[in-house]
Amino acid sequence: MSLQLRSITKTFGPIVANDSLSLTIESGEIHGLLGENGAGKSTLAKVLSGFVSPDSGTVELDDEQLKLSSPSAAVSSGIGILHQEPLVFLDFSAVDNMLVGSPRDGNHTKDLAEEHLLKICEQFNFSIDPLIPVQKLSVGERQQLEIARLLWLGARVLILDEPTTAISGSQRENLFQTIRSLAEAGMSVIFVSHKLEEIQEICSRVTVLRQGRIMGTKHLPCPTSDLIDLMFDRELEPQGRKSSDSLGSICLELCGQKVTTHFESGKVDMTFRTGEIVGLAGLEGAGQRDLLRSIAGLDDTVTEGVFFRSRDIGDDSYIHRMQYGFHYLPADRGREGLVDGLTITEHVALASPQRSIATDWKLSREESKKIIDKFSIKGTPESVPASLSGGNQQRLLLGLIPDNPTVLLMEHPTRGLDIESAAWVWKYLMSLTEEGTTILFSSSDFDELMTYCDRIFVFFEGAIIQELASVEATTERLGSLLGGVK
Amino acid sequence: MEAATVAIIIASSTPLVFAALGETLTEKSGVVNLSLDGSMLLSAMTGFASAYLSGSVEIGLCVAMFTSATVASVVAFAGIKLRLNQIAVGLVLTYFATKASALFGGDFVRKPGPSIQKMSIPGLEEIPFVGEAVFQQNPLVYLSIVLGFVLFVFMFKTRRGLDLHAIGDRPEAAFSRGINVNLQRYVYTILGGALVGLGGAAFSLDAKMGWSDGHIANYGWIALAIVIFGGWHPLRAMFGCYLFGLIQVSALELQPVLPDLAQVLPIAPFPLMIVALVFINLRVVHSVTDRLGSIGSLIRGRAPSGLGESFWPD
Repeated sequence: MSLQLRSITKTFGPIVANDSLSLTIESGEIHGLLGENGAGKSTLAKVLSGFVSPDSGTVELDDEQLKLSSPSAAVSSGIGILHQEPLVFLDFSAVDNMLVGSPRDGNHTKDLAEEHLLKICEQFNFSIDPLIPVQKLSVGERQQLEIARLLWLGARVLILDEPTTAISGSQRENLFQTIRSLAEAGMSVIFVSHKLEEIQEICSRVTVLRQGRIMGTKHLPCPTSDLIDLMFDRELEPQGRKSSDSLGSICLELCGQKVTTHFESGKVDMTFRTGEIVGLAGLEGAGQRDLLRSIAGLDDTVTEGVFFRSRDIGDDSYIHRMQYGFHYLPADRGREGLVDGLTITEHVALASPQRSIATDWKLSREESKKIIDKFSIKGTPESVPASLSGGNQQRLLLGLIPDNPTVLLMEHPTRGLDIESAAWVWKYLMSLTEEGTTILFSSSDFDELMTYCDRIFVFFEGAIIQELASVEATTERLGSLLGGVK
Repeated sequence: MEAATVAIIIASSTPLVFAALGETLTEKSGVVNLSLDGSMLLSAMTGFASAYLSGSVEIGLCVAMFTSATVASVVAFAGIKLRLNQIAVGLVLTYFATKASALFGGDFVRKPGPSIQKMSIPGLEEIPFVGEAVFQQNPLVYLSIVLGFVLFVFMFKTRRGLDLHAIGDRPEAAFSRGINVNLQRYVYTILGGALVGLGGAAFSLDAKMGWSDGHIANYGWIALAIVIFGGWHPLRAMFGCYLFGLIQVSALELQPVLPDLAQVLPIAPFPLMIVALVFINLRVVHSVTDRLGSIGSLIRGRAPSGLGESFWPD
């Protein structure tokens, strides 16, 4: 038995998420799908599980072409998916959960569901009371429940989409044990992950995706560096910025401050110098955003140990910190950074320190013209954010910051920008640092991190696992750190 | 309390029972039909008018159900297909239906019309107390009680009922299991709407006979409040309706004896409802109800997680 994918292509607008992917997965195999965020592995998982229909291409199971028109069609064809967060009904009992969506025939009654669940529990060493409400189960147990359900519905191929993101270490062991037994029993398992160690541990083969394409398939175990070579483009490795001696005095200090993420909280102890550029690397949601927002004073996770020029500002809100020259530019520029429907002039008025009762529109208009000019924004004082390109939105956001910021906190400063805009933004940011601005930014672009940073912090699952001087950073090093390999 | 008083409470609460059960069904599927106050008025009017013109109560009931189901289908279409804000659409329709009932009901104001006749149930009506209180009513009353239990069984004991919970609680998960979420939401919204219409007609053809402008205004809002008080559980919603009826009837009865209290009573249900909601949401109470199994869930009550949100698979 084998699962065959033939030239699966899926595009979302101009983005090719899956570019003619062909792959064969044997029965009894645990096959890894590896790639960084946006490489196309989730899209492929969605295509196989019927959530997304491909533009072209076919899927065959045992030489029989499948119609994967919906998730339930995929399940009845024998392909089941276990989502990162299991799609279960929290208010239902475990056994009712199994019933929802199962065929209404004599083989799928409540009694049989219960019997099956108990059998699976015994077989795989789960302990799920059939009548327990699902909300009392841990995420790991919910996964077990979903596995039991998919087996009950006759799944022969099981897709696991980043299954270890939200579960504890012991639950992970249990899950891996289960996956192994399932494979031994002849099931095909597709294990989607960006964690190199896990892929090495559990998979027998791995296919690496990058930008929607298959970069290669490897038998495991193999050297981790081989996988990183496939995952990341390392042709153009730029030189690090070597100016650490020109940096000024300590500007910002964090000690013992907690960075709370969805996963865990860790202690942070770090200092930043005047004019320094620090990059925060990591996969999406690994904790970079939390740190930036904490320093900005936007999350109340910070209550102690934030010092700005030796002054304790831990209790100050973002508004207060703005007076010290702190500014935060979010990744979602359209939604969090700018106000939909307000013109550039209105944004200027909104951001201006003038607090008279009547808005001085004439002044705001003058000011907005100046900003449009200085930041070469392609727009007029009457333009609204929606009419601006990503690059112009970012320029506008930079333009709205008052002069001489001290600490600039940015998420993905050049994401979605064309090369020219990105270069412009960085030229401007570099000029700010020369005047004494400290910049912290998160980015998933290795080139950007290596080109502009003095130092790089690498985040993994909510904690900083490595600090690198930019000269130490290479694509390979960053790639393995992102995957949690030190 | 005398059996006759209980009979009055049950009879006068019947329209609310239909409306609250209908809305419970609709909201359980994840759709809010906020137009109850208007659609009850409009269906009370159309129900009475068509019964008046045709001389047939049955036709009146059907027309009323059709009227309110039509309003509900607009809510469903706007909320599901057009993905508009269900609250906004519901409010607009409330006013629209209220005004429409006044506009088209002008010819039927304070006209004597047909009404639903009593039908005692042989055998059962002889039972002391209960017989007089419950079994000497009209068919609509029996229907409302039976309906409450039917909905209870449907929601909690059948596979389709399980699907109903699923689409209201986590539509994306229900979709992934192969349930046609939006089709079912249409069905339950329109069915619920039809029941609301039955509630409207139960007023104009029985509990508050006849038609005049705004003659049952505000009862729709009360029904909506009872759905919440009822924790989206049909039997508890029914209990809420009778409790409301009890307080209203007590106010009337106490009028000659304790005029002060009698004046306060009609507004008592509303603060009481808030107190009850606060109470059942207390952590202490939760810890008790969690241990009581199905009885606990009857007390606890919880809004469907996907209530009021449109769902569209990507």
